[in-house]
Amino acid sequence: MSSWKKKKTSSAIQDITWKAAFKRDWQLYLLLLFPLVMVVIFSYAAYPGLRMVFMNYKPARGFDGSKWVGMKIFIKVFKDADFLRALRNSIVFNLLDLAVGFPMPIILALILNELRFPRFKKVTQTILYLPHFLSWVIIGSVAYTMFRPSSGLVNNLLTGAGIIADGIPFLTEKWHWAVTYLLIGVWQSMGWGSIIYLAAITGINGELYEAAMIDGANRWQRMKNITLPGIKGTVVTLLIMNLGRIMGSNFERLDVFGNTQVKEFQYQLAIYIYEKGLGNGAFSQSAAVGLFQSLVGLALVILADRVAKMLGEDGLI
Amino acid sequence: MAKNRKGSASAEVASDGSRAINKFHVSDAVMVVFISILCLTCILPFLHLASKSISDNNAVLAKKVYLFPIGINFDAYTSIFRDGSLVYSMVYSVLVTLLFTILGMLVCTCAAYPLSKKRLKGRSVLTFLLMFPMYFSAGLIPTYLVLKDLHLLDNMWVLILPLIYSPYNMLIMKTYFQSSIPDSLEESAFLDGASNFQVLWQIVMPLSKPIIATLSLFYAVGRWNAYADNKYYINSDSLKMIQYKLYQMVASATEAQTASLSEAAAVTSTPEVLQAAAIMFVTIPIICIYPFLQKYFVKGVMIGAVKG
Repeated sequence: MSSWKKKKTSSAIQDITWKAAFKRDWQLYLLLLFPLVMVVIFSYAAYPGLRMVFMNYKPARGFDGSKWVGMKIFIKVFKDADFLRALRNSIVFNLLDLAVGFPMPIILALILNELRFPRFKKVTQTILYLPHFLSWVIIGSVAYTMFRPSSGLVNNLLTGAGIIADGIPFLTEKWHWAVTYLLIGVWQSMGWGSIIYLAAITGINGELYEAAMIDGANRWQRMKNITLPGIKGTVVTLLIMNLGRIMGSNFERLDVFGNTQVKEFQYQLAIYIYEKGLGNGAFSQSAAVGLFQSLVGLALVILADRVAKMLGEDGLI
Repeated sequence: MAKNRKGSASAEVASDGSRAINKFHVSDAVMVVFISILCLTCILPFLHLASKSISDNNAVLAKKVYLFPIGINFDAYTSIFRDGSLVYSMVYSVLVTLLFTILGMLVCTCAAYPLSKKRLKGRSVLTFLLMFPMYFSAGLIPTYLVLKDLHLLDNMWVLILPLIYSPYNMLIMKTYFQSSIPDSLEESAFLDGASNFQVLWQIVMPLSKPIIATLSLFYAVGRWNAYADNKYYINSDSLKMIQYKLYQMVASATEAQTASLSEAAAVTSTPEVLQAAAIMFVTIPIICIYPFLQKYFVKGVMIGAVKG
């Protein structure tokens, strides 16, 4: 209702001829020229190139010399075992990321909110946000020095203490890798992710807590009955937003943790697109998978937005 | 914690909104321990690396170095500086990051300010045009071909131009303009005969310092940390940014190490110490400036969370 009203008034303000609008605001249009040129050159100019998904595109022949093949590329891709593996891994690992990584910032925010010592809280928050600011290269390098089978710190400590005889292949055996990869992901994003929930908690009316305390509610009761319901909207919005990203994948995170022993799981869509395209020169195939990923991603975002609005939360778009 | 005491004697509300009962419970201890352990996982790996990088080769080879250096020397750092290629990369990366940030802020402001004006005719169409790329990208290969046609491959500018316009940052800035700068200020300036440029430069910009700081940091950190585009588009060693250099140093070493299972036989101590020093060399600048800049980031997340 309110957005409808807003639209109405803004269109009333805009209700002048183009000539008058340019005369009044030509400087604003001039400013917009710069970003428009940038998106046209670096985003929109790339869209026509997508026609290669219906061609057998050969870099040497270019668009004019390559043959149109209809849906053949897509048929080939969907029969490609590599693609199916990449698709499976992307979906499975994104869902696992969500299952392991989504609750953690919420738990962290709840705990940080309950901490008694303001200075301790401030220092720990600063430390917990840090991994978000480190590149995946640094995180990957550090992880390797921590988890290498025979010289990594963790394995050194464990073998030194006599708990295990041989080093655990944290990053070089696929099942171990899956767990390590997921946990490092959680570790990297949990502190940063908690900011938004802490902000939501700050927005909860303090009188609710006072009333609850006078009524004798203990900490867990207050958490369960005031804090959690108070941040429910934020949780739902972020959950839906994350579900909308289920097809995406972070190339750098996968790339730094990649090695031949864990290919089975590490091979996800971003890696497929890079290796088939720039690695093997199968441009059409790579572009087709890229298009598939973009389209599904777009559909999911729109769907997520609809769902969020249906549930009475703010939309995402 | 004693301030803000309200209502019943046992309850208090801290100024930052956290609530607690005065008595120290077991649950308090559990939470402090839990948070402390998480913090240690963020600190100890770097302490270990730092110690390794300044330790004696033999001590590292004997796996005696944990959290404190043994036989302190700075040979590894000396060789990094003597070799010079990482130092060169560092300077080059700073330059690229600076250019990227300045141009990024410029293009961001050029988009956000006009689009924050409700009176702008064609605003919704223009907003759509400038936001759409965030939701649908042509993907790696078509983008690669465009950059190739523009002769940007293996060129410093390929690390700058394609990404300076960020719909996400634009949205944050637009939201800030709309929510934090009162229309009345601008209106009175217009009545005094100021132009759009003058209003933007003399009224809006000075009032937008917090968001400018925040977004500049988003731009700078984003550029500094990313390496994928180096891998996609850059061939020449001299044009690679420092993260990618480090990636190649560490990745090539681990690949070689993981390939042969008898790792210990293949590795001498020197590469390990050198690697640790290289990682620290790239990490230290971030760790040094990070605590001072952190609050601006937090602000940015808050503004980003309430999209307009």
